[in-house]
Amino acid sequence: MADLSVNFCGIKAPNPFWLASAPPTDKAYNVVRAYREGWGGVVWKTLGEDGPPVVNVSGPRYGAIHAQDRRVFGFNNIELITDRPLELNLNEIKQVKRDWPDRALVVSLMVPCTEDAWKAILARVEETDADGIELNFGCPHGMSERGMGAAVGQVPEYVEMVTRWCKQYSRMPVIVKLTPNVSDIRAPAAAAKRGGADAVSLINTINSLMGVDIETMTPKPATGGFATHGGYCGPAVRPIALNMVSEIARSPATHGLPMSGIGGIETWKDAMEYIALGCGTVQVCTAAMVYGFKIVKEMISGLEDYMDRKGYEHVSDMVGLAVPKMTDWQNLNLDYVVKAKIDQDSCIKCGRCHIACEDTSHQAISTMKDGERYFEVRDEDCVGCNLCAVVCPVEGCITLDPLPEGTVDPRSGFEVKGHRTWLEHPNNPMAQSPRGPAGAYHGTKHVEKQVEPAE
Amino acid sequence: MSSTPDIAPGRLPADTIATNFGDINPPFNRFEAKVASERCLFCYDAPCVTACPTGIDIPLFVRQIMADNPIGAAKTIFRENILGGMCARVCPTETLCEEACVRNAAEGKAVEIGQLQRYATDTFMAKGLTFGKRAAPTGKSVAVVGAGPAGLACAHRLALLGHEVTLYDARDKAGGLNEFGIAAYKATDGFAAKEVAFILGVGGIKLALGKRLGADITLADLKRDYDAVFLGLGLGGVNELGIEDSLDGVENAVEYIADLRQASDLTSLPVGRKIVVIGGGMTAIDIASQTRRLGAEDVTIVYRRGQERMNASDYEQQLAQTDGVLIRTWAKPKRVIGADGKLSGIEFEGTREVDGKLVGTGDTYTLACDQLFRAIGQSFLADTLGASGIALTGGRIEVDAERKTSVAGIWAGGDCVYGGEDLTVAAVADGREAAISIDRALRA
Repeated sequence: MADLSVNFCGIKAPNPFWLASAPPTDKAYNVVRAYREGWGGVVWKTLGEDGPPVVNVSGPRYGAIHAQDRRVFGFNNIELITDRPLELNLNEIKQVKRDWPDRALVVSLMVPCTEDAWKAILARVEETDADGIELNFGCPHGMSERGMGAAVGQVPEYVEMVTRWCKQYSRMPVIVKLTPNVSDIRAPAAAAKRGGADAVSLINTINSLMGVDIETMTPKPATGGFATHGGYCGPAVRPIALNMVSEIARSPATHGLPMSGIGGIETWKDAMEYIALGCGTVQVCTAAMVYGFKIVKEMISGLEDYMDRKGYEHVSDMVGLAVPKMTDWQNLNLDYVVKAKIDQDSCIKCGRCHIACEDTSHQAISTMKDGERYFEVRDEDCVGCNLCAVVCPVEGCITLDPLPEGTVDPRSGFEVKGHRTWLEHPNNPMAQSPRGPAGAYHGTKHVEKQVEPAE
Repeated sequence: MSSTPDIAPGRLPADTIATNFGDINPPFNRFEAKVASERCLFCYDAPCVTACPTGIDIPLFVRQIMADNPIGAAKTIFRENILGGMCARVCPTETLCEEACVRNAAEGKAVEIGQLQRYATDTFMAKGLTFGKRAAPTGKSVAVVGAGPAGLACAHRLALLGHEVTLYDARDKAGGLNEFGIAAYKATDGFAAKEVAFILGVGGIKLALGKRLGADITLADLKRDYDAVFLGLGLGGVNELGIEDSLDGVENAVEYIADLRQASDLTSLPVGRKIVVIGGGMTAIDIASQTRRLGAEDVTIVYRRGQERMNASDYEQQLAQTDGVLIRTWAKPKRVIGADGKLSGIEFEGTREVDGKLVGTGDTYTLACDQLFRAIGQSFLADTLGASGIALTGGRIEVDAERKTSVAGIWAGGDCVYGGEDLTVAAVADGREAAISIDRALRA
């Protein structure tokens, strides 16, 4: 039986499914409801320094990209950090931790970039017996205009400096939450590690504008006729987040640094992908805001069943297992050849593969056979790009099958053989030891297409 | 067996009748349309377009709905089929576009093309818009005879192309079968009349109602007075049962349906308690379902062959069966039974097929009934053509691919021509194609 419990840089939780610092973790009422449903931990919505709380807009804080059936694919917000008094939050945190000792409770923090400000709040948080802190260096809107959030996260030196203060003035594990609004995520991650961070969490939201009301010429969502950029999240951002996670996992400077994965996680599968790329826990916000806290039940059962099926005992056994399979483009085998294959039994003959290939790619899919509608790949034209499989509405109908070694690729005319990367390819002027193809040339059937004359 | 036919109005309360004759397929709201639109795969060389007799670019109009442009979607529809609104309601989509939909192969459920077409065209028409802008006047005039689907489509296209059209019809109301033949619950709220007004809105079409060809007007006059003539005459005759059946209570289904469609108060329409319908097509289904919905207690369709041979689609047959209509097969009427000139029942003889020919089995049974409806098909009344010399095939007008008849200057389309499909949408295609051919001829 799989054991879902985790020990994430010293923070224990019954499962890796945590709620991210966000509206769902703004107060005890929500957090307790989340724990009841089974969430392994929460990161309490970001606290600011003592004094008058921030003020949120009373116009719309959220916007979304919907499918026609109103499924939410992308989500954005312009909400600020908690707008409740610090004292109230701290009292609730203390009580909740006392009532739910087995659950992780991490407190997100964001105060001005001075040593005194951080020192002051760290002491207050420590009194609550919370399990750790997460430094909000990611919030891209509102707070960043005041020199906090992403304004810190975008400057590696600041990240390192504030992280160091936190480690210096607190016994608590420190998680640094990274903003994706940078050109290279590895720089702030490495800075956090240099500053002594116990872990990083990523991604925070991406700068976004959800759309424009073209009837009134007003960007959305607007407050009183004016809009501002927000932070983008939800399923649409997951590939961006996964790439950033993998970059940190692969970088020598940060390899092995614990990560909490965030970005568009809706199901156990999404979570497992983050774990496979090196995350010890995951954090969820949008899916909870769209569907409610109960989704964690699906995540728990899905991960358990997966682990049982695959024979993994602990979540930690699976962390980073896919990382060795990530590499740079230049290391990909250029002698590996796949061809698209359409399974005629499951093909529904919509022709999307054909028109996508014909209009925009390699003209490798024919449309007729014996006068009937029939879609078939011509191996002599197929470059194995996967576009046809991507646009095919039937899952598994089009597969990309590797040509076995020794067969001839009718497109190139070469026998499939060997393993050359760009580093050894003769077309690469920088190649150190260029090699020609290992397989013999048998002549190609590929013919360059003629452009139809304009009418 | 009752000796007095029980045919009476008001078998059901007014509100029940109102429900029974309400819209059989309530229209999609915007959300339903958006969800349905997203299921369209935007196929390459889409099979649904090929399956549509008018060749509407279905993937394009569905995508326009998805993109919040129902007006653009309606324009895409009207460009090919100006009666797209009625076709959305009455087309047997399950044997046309929706049968061809690749979603059937994927998950056994087609994109709801008919409903989406209705959403677009209803949205367009509700705004009071008209479709198309007329070309510069050509100075040519065309007589279109028959204001049914073929004639309306022909007249609209001719008007768009700049010709002046006079649209004749024998009845006092335009619309043809859309107005007098379609089952009431398929075209509610006077839609047929609204669609006629929408089509005439383009301008250049003069209505001449109450003019019956062969009686009030002749083909010779029309040929003399106009530059071209289009005949969309429909089928004026009703096929006989082939037995002596002149009793009170024996009626033609199409005439009863026409009365039903024009009735201002359905509770005043007399209907039998026990009804037998003879036939296997859409008219048989329509009369059976509608009399049930009027309150007939016992309605039986009797068809001479197997159910799979009925012209009515599976969907239509199931519709009737859901309405409580009993469908009996492999029997033909032998004799009607009655007294004092009034119907009381009908005797059938069992049938079977021997070498493709239908023969009686000798077994008989009798069904008691108050009303018996003939619904075994309609025929073209060729004598309306006078001595025009128009060639016929199989009793209907012979036309070529452009819908030209054998007589120069006369085109024809719809149910009155040979080889057609007896479908509203096919009639529309005929009318449009004929108009294009007429235009070409008049400009030559």
